[in-house]
Amino acid sequence: MTETRMKFIISNGHLIDPAAPENTGMDVLIEDGRVSAWLKQGEPAPEGCEVFDASGLLVAPGFIDLHVHLREPGQEHKETIASGCAAAVAGGWTSVCPMPNTNPVNDNAAITRYMIEQAERAGLANVFPIGAITKSSDGSELAEMGEMKAAGAVAVSDDGRPVPNAGIMRRAMQYAKDFDLPVVDHCEDKSLSSGGVMHEGKISLLLGLKGMPALSEEIDVVRDIILAKETGAHIHIAHVSTKGAIEAVRRAKNEGINVTCEVTPHHFTLTDRAVEGYDTNTKMAPPLRSEDHLEAVIEGIKDGTIDAIATDHAPHHHDEKALEFDRAPFGITGLETGIGLAFTELVHKGVIGLERLVEMCSANPAKIFSLGGRGTLAPGSIADVTIIDPQKEWTFNALDSRSKSRNTPFDGWKFTGRAVATIVAGEFVFNDLGKAANS
Amino acid sequence: MDKPFRRRDLLGIRGLTAAEIKGILDTAESFLEINTREIKKVPTLRGKTVVNLFFENSTRTRTSFELAAKRLSADAVNISVSSSSLAKGETLVDTALNLDAMQPDCIVVRHGSAGVPHQLAKVSQAAVINAGDGANEHPTQALLDAMTIREHKKKIKGLEVAIVGDILHSRVARSNIHLLTKLGAKVKVAGPGTLVPKDFVHLIDAAEIDHGSKAEGQRPLAVCEHVEDAIRGADVVMILRIQRERQDSAYFPTLREYAIHYGLTNERLDLAKKDAIVLHPGPMNRGIEIASEVADSSRSLILDQVKYGVTVRMAVLYLATGGGVTNS
Repeated sequence: MTETRMKFIISNGHLIDPAAPENTGMDVLIEDGRVSAWLKQGEPAPEGCEVFDASGLLVAPGFIDLHVHLREPGQEHKETIASGCAAAVAGGWTSVCPMPNTNPVNDNAAITRYMIEQAERAGLANVFPIGAITKSSDGSELAEMGEMKAAGAVAVSDDGRPVPNAGIMRRAMQYAKDFDLPVVDHCEDKSLSSGGVMHEGKISLLLGLKGMPALSEEIDVVRDIILAKETGAHIHIAHVSTKGAIEAVRRAKNEGINVTCEVTPHHFTLTDRAVEGYDTNTKMAPPLRSEDHLEAVIEGIKDGTIDAIATDHAPHHHDEKALEFDRAPFGITGLETGIGLAFTELVHKGVIGLERLVEMCSANPAKIFSLGGRGTLAPGSIADVTIIDPQKEWTFNALDSRSKSRNTPFDGWKFTGRAVATIVAGEFVFNDLGKAANS
Repeated sequence: MDKPFRRRDLLGIRGLTAAEIKGILDTAESFLEINTREIKKVPTLRGKTVVNLFFENSTRTRTSFELAAKRLSADAVNISVSSSSLAKGETLVDTALNLDAMQPDCIVVRHGSAGVPHQLAKVSQAAVINAGDGANEHPTQALLDAMTIREHKKKIKGLEVAIVGDILHSRVARSNIHLLTKLGAKVKVAGPGTLVPKDFVHLIDAAEIDHGSKAEGQRPLAVCEHVEDAIRGADVVMILRIQRERQDSAYFPTLREYAIHYGLTNERLDLAKKDAIVLHPGPMNRGIEIASEVADSSRSLILDQVKYGVTVRMAVLYLATGGGVTNS
């Protein structure tokens, strides 16, 4: 339910804004959809101002998910922009960036505009579409990147159908650079992974399932980095999952190449052991990797090689997942479990602190896709706010999901930490505290 | 008596203990005599229903299960589904629930996709027997192989077994590796590098079985670079079928080259122990993975394997539908 407050203050919370050097002990005053000022805690609230008490809660600039699939247009039985946005705000995300693998593919301005309009109709999360790199994402001719950017696209990607041809990828980077569009690549050399359904390794051999080797991801990451170095374009590596990929990104960053990358919550939580039992909700691309890769992911999160956490929310209908393991589609939902996993697996286990978490979920994503006025709560910025109870213990029940799909390996998981209120442009689009917001 | 397998399903050898495997083999031995009678039928499973659900063609395995059921007086129904559930527009779970609603006691399933028996077992009331799932397992094949070895060698512990061929895609190899190492044999695998991943040496470690010492040479499973290394000194040589239909994937250049470099010839077999026996899960590609003179020699026990197949499947059906282990 959307609640509009023209002017209100979030007081007594633990404000973290990575953009500001000093931000403890501050209340956030919001007016007309923007942050108007920070007030010292304890100072009286301005006249006629509603007070939202955030004692014991984390107050952060709105979380931005760089990688989701909202399935609209074309596959509305899996998800719609409205249902996906409902899941997003319930999970604490104020902005989501949908991939272009809709039907038809988001390879032109009309579809980009349609997606944004559908999001405005839903009135929940901000939707920043990612346009296709090539027409129909078939890897041959460049799509109209300039027109899509003008319509609101924030990046380009052929996601699950990564451009196999290095020559076309080079041209795509050269061209995208003209429009300052980051090129997002799902790195997978399909000549090495085709037919594979899980990580290639001891467990795939044990289960008799065809493997997708880590090197299929790594070869493409290395190719992209070389192309980014040569073209000067910004390459953003989607959902890194292997040791070699992370090492390559680390080296490239040290060399000053314009590369960023994201990781999914499932890749910092689960290993390929989860595939035992053949639950198709453990099938996604890139696949759950082995323990050594997971350790490298954790290391990359710790040392800053990995810039962002993105869910790769990929809803599929139950009937499509209730198939043989090797025939079921790749992907799992993630919008409602991402923050629970990040707190439970990263913050509470001491991998990272709150500051770094906010950086990975908000400040960095805003920088990576150049979302001006977001990723910070500095006065003047857009009032997108994620309020989290870091100690809240809860159980995720897939049947209660706002998403239209239920394909998650985390059904029944217990988490510590969840979003309790989500504010987009000064409006409460999700409020789990209800009466706590009083005047 | 103890239930020999958990939940009475037989999904694979991997989940069984050595004692459970021996229990099945002992039970099979006690059934051996039935198949030599003039009237090959006992009333043990009268009133029980066995569904043979085959998504992949298999004359031998299906007939073997059918005969096993009939010799124990169970009612056996064969369902052959040439295509996957997806192609029919029905989900795998729907297929399982529909069959289950007819209240069979046992569903024997063969499928080209690994894990299908496990998926069926989650939703089915009937006991599920895996008759081969993709490249995962083929437990009754390993059991009949073990029975053949035991009948001829009088033991399994301490034997050296070579498994040669397409290890990567072979459910027979996987089930046999689990079974033989659990019972104390040493297994050596070999074949073209494209079909014998080095990581295979970790197969049983990955299954988290404690084998005690893991010093080199002590490992119960070894991956050999050359076929000759695997066969040398072996008590049992197990040859895997080459799937001709996989040729388009180009794991090796030609069948001719395969036969020359990896096929079991008399010369290669001479490297094994003098009294070594030869097994093949069938159907054979004569002149490719096995030379005809080897296949037809007295060392080849291929027809014994088929014979014991019926007996082992009788034991498995009996145990799965409620019988207790018989100690012979």
